[in-house]
Amino acid sequence: MIRRYENEMKLEFMSKSNNEAFARITVAAFASQLDPTIEELADIKTAVSEAVTNCIIHGYEKAEGMVQIVARLYDHTLEIEISDHGKGIEDIELARKPLYTSKPNLERSGMGFTIMENFMDEMQIESVVGMGTKITMRKKISSSEEEENKQETNRILA
Amino acid sequence: MKSRYVEEDGLLFIKLTEDIDHHETEILRRMIDNEVERYMPRKVILDFSRVLFMDSAGIGLILGRYKFCKMVGTQIEITNVKPSVKKILEMSGLLKIIPITAGYQNDFLWNACQP
Repeated sequence: MIRRYENEMKLEFMSKSNNEAFARITVAAFASQLDPTIEELADIKTAVSEAVTNCIIHGYEKAEGMVQIVARLYDHTLEIEISDHGKGIEDIELARKPLYTSKPNLERSGMGFTIMENFMDEMQIESVVGMGTKITMRKKISSSEEEENKQETNRILA
Repeated sequence: MKSRYVEEDGLLFIKLTEDIDHHETEILRRMIDNEVERYMPRKVILDFSRVLFMDSAGIGLILGRYKFCKMVGTQIEITNVKPSVKKILEMSGLLKIIPITAGYQNDFLWNACQP
């Protein structure tokens, strides 16, 4: 299906942990065009933070690489792709399991994918070992109903 | 992060003042453990009143501190949690082992911890 996007942005940064806040704040600022509620905005920030942290600590581990974020808006929906060219995930089903972590010594909670799944409407993982990982997430922004009504009114008036 | 130890009650107040993500937990972990080891309090109280954002790294941080406190024989409590942070705490199941306690914000001891 070919979609027409209302807006699109691309962000690329080094896999440094001090970019985690920068990444989630930037995506939240972009998403604010859809007029989300405070809770929806918090959900988006959390999901982005989880995905970006995964790129940094799992994708690239101690090495450095680039993390890319593409965010798009269409039909009152936010679509986010977060990708790295890191080591990839060997067993996606295992990685998705709540409380599973490949790095228990780092005090990781193993909640990352569970949070992304719960805080967003959709979450897909594509990964090739040795090539990288791409996470795609979508969330419908509910408070956009007002906007819909406004458009409807404009259509009638026009 | 700011902290204050109240000797007569054996209470260590730790006021977290930043967004809690993977980047921040690397620093916070060491700071909190240092304070606990330094004072060996009866109870550690983690105050979240200034924390507006927390992701799963925060869950790992709290769970890690819970284990550390248990090991050194100290109790740990969480207080003043904002709704966005509470959502993630609830999802993690962490509240089953570390309940949220209320009522520290009006304490005169607590006021002494204000920046």
